[in-house]
Parts: sequence; structure tokens; C-alpha cells
Amino acid sequence: MKKIFSRPECLKPTPFHYCPGCGHSILHRLVAEVIDEMNLRGRIIGIPPAGCAVLAYDYFDIDMCEAAHGRGCAVATGFKRSRPECIIFTYQGDGDMAAIGTAETLHAANRGENITSIFVNNAVYGMTGGQMAPTTILGQKTTTSPFGRRSNVEGYPLKITEIISTLPGAAYVARTSLATPAKVMATKKTIKKAFETQLAGLGYSLVEVLSPCPTNWKISSIESFKYLEERLELEYPLGVMKEVTTEKGS
Amino acid sequence: MPKVRKGVEVSIAIADAVAQADTDVIAAYPITPQTHIVEHLSEIVANGELDAEFVPVDSEHSAMSVCCGSSAVGARTFTSTSSQGLALMSEIFFIAAAMRLPMVMALANRSLSSPLSIWNDHTDTMMVRDAGWVHIFVENGQECYDNIFCSYRMSEDPEVRLPVAINLDGFILTHMIEPIEYEDDETIRKYLPPFTMINALHPDNPVSMGCFGMPEIYTETQMNREHGIRNSYPVILKAWDEWGKLTGRYYRPVETYRADDAEYCIVTMGSYGETAMEVVDTLRAEGEKVGVVKIRLWRPFPYDEIRAALLGKKSLVVIDRAISFGGPGGPVASELRSALYQKKGAPTIVNYVAGLAGRDVSRKDFRNIILEGKEKARRGETEGFTLYGLRG
Repeated sequence: MKKIFSRPECLKPTPFHYCPGCGHSILHRLVAEVIDEMNLRGRIIGIPPAGCAVLAYDYFDIDMCEAAHGRGCAVATGFKRSRPECIIFTYQGDGDMAAIGTAETLHAANRGENITSIFVNNAVYGMTGGQMAPTTILGQKTTTSPFGRRSNVEGYPLKITEIISTLPGAAYVARTSLATPAKVMATKKTIKKAFETQLAGLGYSLVEVLSPCPTNWKISSIESFKYLEERLELEYPLGVMKEVTTEKGS
Repeated sequence: MPKVRKGVEVSIAIADAVAQADTDVIAAYPITPQTHIVEHLSEIVANGELDAEFVPVDSEHSAMSVCCGSSAVGARTFTSTSSQGLALMSEIFFIAAAMRLPMVMALANRSLSSPLSIWNDHTDTMMVRDAGWVHIFVENGQECYDNIFCSYRMSEDPEVRLPVAINLDGFILTHMIEPIEYEDDETIRKYLPPFTMINALHPDNPVSMGCFGMPEIYTETQMNREHGIRNSYPVILKAWDEWGKLTGRYYRPVETYRADDAEYCIVTMGSYGETAMEVVDTLRAEGEKVGVVKIRLWRPFPYDEIRAALLGKKSLVVIDRAISFGGPGGPVASELRSALYQKKGAPTIVNYVAGLAGRDVSRKDFRNIILEGKEKARRGETEGFTLYGLRG
């Protein structure tokens, strides 16, 4: 009999600690599958975030180094500049990427660092208990916006991915979603494309992945996938925002 | 809010106190184990129960910067953080004190990376020990609630004008439900006058703050800071004394338990004081002449009260919750050695570091530390420190 499905080699047989319905488990698997398929395991270094995925190194059987909250892209810069033959990726949430680490992320992208960021946007600070994130959509209730986010008080949803797509140093910038199986498969292709961009030395690559957080959205898993598709994708349109195919001169 | 005694999570009581104190601006970024304090404040503000600006900023660096701004224009200001958050805001943390900007912080003490840990010890606060803030340590929920008001009084006093940090043990206090006595709003109003900032930033009365300091003036500014924090001491005493008169709950920079006739003492800071008292009761019943000395005021360091409490004792067993790597041991023991050095009747000091990153220190452990520490003192083994419970 032909074996058609198995655990990716670079994913340890460790049960995920994530809440039921969380997108991290799916996304971890996608990243692992891409690493296996591209045969990158021997030369890839990952940087997990401070956030729900802080224990990513318990699951990925690759080199990983924790960065302080928000500093992923700066640490990645250090790795990549010293070991350009390695493939470096950061795995960051919305707090890590779009709040506390905006400066590091933006400037790494602007320098055109040849690294990849996988940005998990669930529109809420998951690990600390569901506080408002910069990516929280208007009207969304969180523990620090109990009556829903108001633009006149808490400002607007921050579209860090769109901002980064305007930077010359960014080579591949895309947003995907985990809302349906088809979108999950599209996410995998997008991650692959981002790693290929890095392999080709084209510059900074970023994949924003819209992901459900039923625990902090305080709805069921099934409802959370619906919310993801009907609300979050409306605020954060999917698609490739930027794709550079040739290496720039100095 | 009427005067009431209720079972409440300590973080919630802190938020309620901040609201009762009629705070104007709250800026914070979520970090475990501080989150419940700030979440509850956001609810209070959203409910319209407190007319304040609640600013959920992008990082602790911004949180402390917002606090500096709001304080500089004369707004009553509160923030709360822990560990990495404190580390990230440390640049501005020092500046807040240097610019003499009143504000109150609930600092939910937690260990620092690395390894990454969310659990309690005192390594975060020791990092900013010398920043020029007033540092208070509390050991239960009631003390947290009370010291919000006392801290505002100290911080905003024109003679002081310094930021105040209330150090409370993360999880051990922040997530504990305790019976806490709330004072009525009238008592709070009587105790805590509205904040009037002298030399507040206002276009009608221009001032410059945080200016460049050339070598000709920098030294003098630092002496000014040193005078400032030392001069806060009598104001701190008065703030606690008046709170005591209103509520019956008195606080002192150094507090003792069964220490007057003790031959030797255990010295703690923070929530460990309660366990220490329990264990000392048991040991007393067994004939050990031991007492507890608790340091409540860490900065400005209460030299006179420390000397009054400790000179004449045979020995001290000092529990630290942080290590000064490559240095003299734990920071508390180091301070005590310095305060008592060459004083007549100075006790022998033995230093333990225990309970790092939430490792439980039980009554049995306290007993071990006290009795073993006493023996070490008798043998003259006073060098360095012992890392209690170290495995391997």
C-alpha cells in the first residue's frame, strides 16, 4: 500500500498545546511541510515569537532561537548577515509584528534583509488573554476594548503588511487565510514562494496569515472560521501585494 | 464606593484603587502577570466609572513615554508592567525619575529572560534599583490597595515629585483572591488631594524639561536627584502615618515581627514576609529566639530603621529573590552588609537566594533556610550566597 500522508519530518511528535480551533497548529504543519518539500531542514533557522507560539521550538525539529518580544527581524538580520547560506524565518503574531516590534520589522524590510517573516494575524493578543491588538478590527470586543474598538479612541486596524509592501526592500508580500481548506493550501504555496524569494536573494519576504482565535474571540471554533472569512478577510483583503522577480542592483 | 470588605482578586483591587484615586491617564501594554490590572481599568474607563484616558499603546517603551507626557502636564498618571516590559521601558523609566515626574506603577515582579519565564522573583525590579524611583514592597492584597493611595500622596507631594513603584509578587499576589477592605470615596478624597503639578508644561507658563546636560551641569543634576529622593523620606513616613490614622492600617519602612527579643532574624521583602512569620511562630514555640524583619521601603533605603532593627542581633539570614551575577550575592544582603558595616553590634550576615522564577519556597524550606543559616553564621560562613534548592 502506498503511504500518502504522514507527519512532516521536521515536526516532532509532540502534541500541540494550542487551544482547540487555533490556527497555529495548522500553520506550524504548513511551514514544516514546506521545509521538508524544499529540503531546507539542514540549513533553516527559525525565530519564534513572544506570544502563543512561544513554544514553537517544542514542535519544530530545526534550529530555533527565541527573540525578545518584537525583535525577531533584528535577530534574523544578525543570523542572515553572518550565515547568508542559511534560510532564516521569523514566526510572529500581531503584537510581536505590528505593535512592539514595528520598528524592527519595518526597518529590516526597508533594508531589504533577505529573510522571511510569517505573520499570524488573529486580531487579538492571544497569550496575554485577549487584549486589543493594533490589528483588532473596528467594533471587535476584547478585554481592553470591552464595548468594541472605536476609531476615535483606539485608532484603526493597522495594516502593517500593506505598509511593508510599499518599501523598496520588500520583495514578496502577501496575505492569506486559514478559513477554508482551499485557503490553507494557498497559504502553503505562499509560504513556499516566500522561502523561494529568500533562496533567490531577492529581499525581504512577508506572509501574513489570518488565523482564528476562538478562545479570545469567545466564539466556537466553527463560528471563528466563519468570522475569519466574513469579517477579518473583509478588513484584510487576501492576495499578493508585491512580488519582485529580479535582483535589484546596488 | 462605600467602605466595604470583600473577597477580590488583588489585581482587581489595585485597578479599583487607581479608579478611586481619580487617575487621569493610564497607559500600558499587556504583559503577564500584570494583565488583569490593566484589563479591569479599561473596563472601568469604558463603563464611564472613571473619567480617564486609557491608552493601550504599542509597547512598554511607549507606555512609559506616554506616562511622562501626561505627568509633565499635570495629569495623575498610572501604569503597570512586569519583567521584559520593565526592561523595555527602562530607558524612559530612568528619565521619569530624572525629570521628577510623579506617577505610580504597579510592578508585578517577574523574572527576566533568559530563559524566558513568566513567574515571580525580583530580578526585574533589581534591574532598575538605581533609577531614582521610590520603591515600595508589599506582601498582601490589602497593602497593594492601600499603597496606591499612599504612593500618589508621596509621588505628587511638591517636596518629592518622584515616580513611585509598588512592587508586588507576580501571581503570588496579582492572581490571589483575598479579603480586602475598601475605603469609601470620602476617606480617599480627604487623604488624597487633587494633583497640582508645580511647573507643569503649559503654554501660559513656559518651562523646559529634559534638557541636554553638558559636563558643566550634569554632575549637579545627579546630586539634585540624590537630594530629591533622600528628602522624600519624611514625606513617605507622613503619607503612611496619615493613612494609618484614617484607616487603622499603618506602614513603616522596616517592619518587624517578634524581632525585639530575637537573637537572630530572617530578613525578607515582598510576599515572603507572611510565610516567614508563620515559620517563626513555629520555631519560637520550639525555643528558637528568631524574629522577622521585613523591608517595605527599598528606595530610599531606610538606613536608620534598618540599623535600629538589626544592630545588636547575633546574625541575620537574608533571603534574596535575585542574583547580582559575579557580584556580592543578593542585592538585599549586599545592601544590609553595607548599611551595617563597621557599626557597633553589627550581626553576622548569611545570604540565601531562593524562589527564582516562581520556584516554590514552602514553610519547610523557610525552616531549613533559617536553621541552616543560623548554623552558617555560627561557623562564620558568610562569604557569597547560597542558592537554595539548587539541583544537580
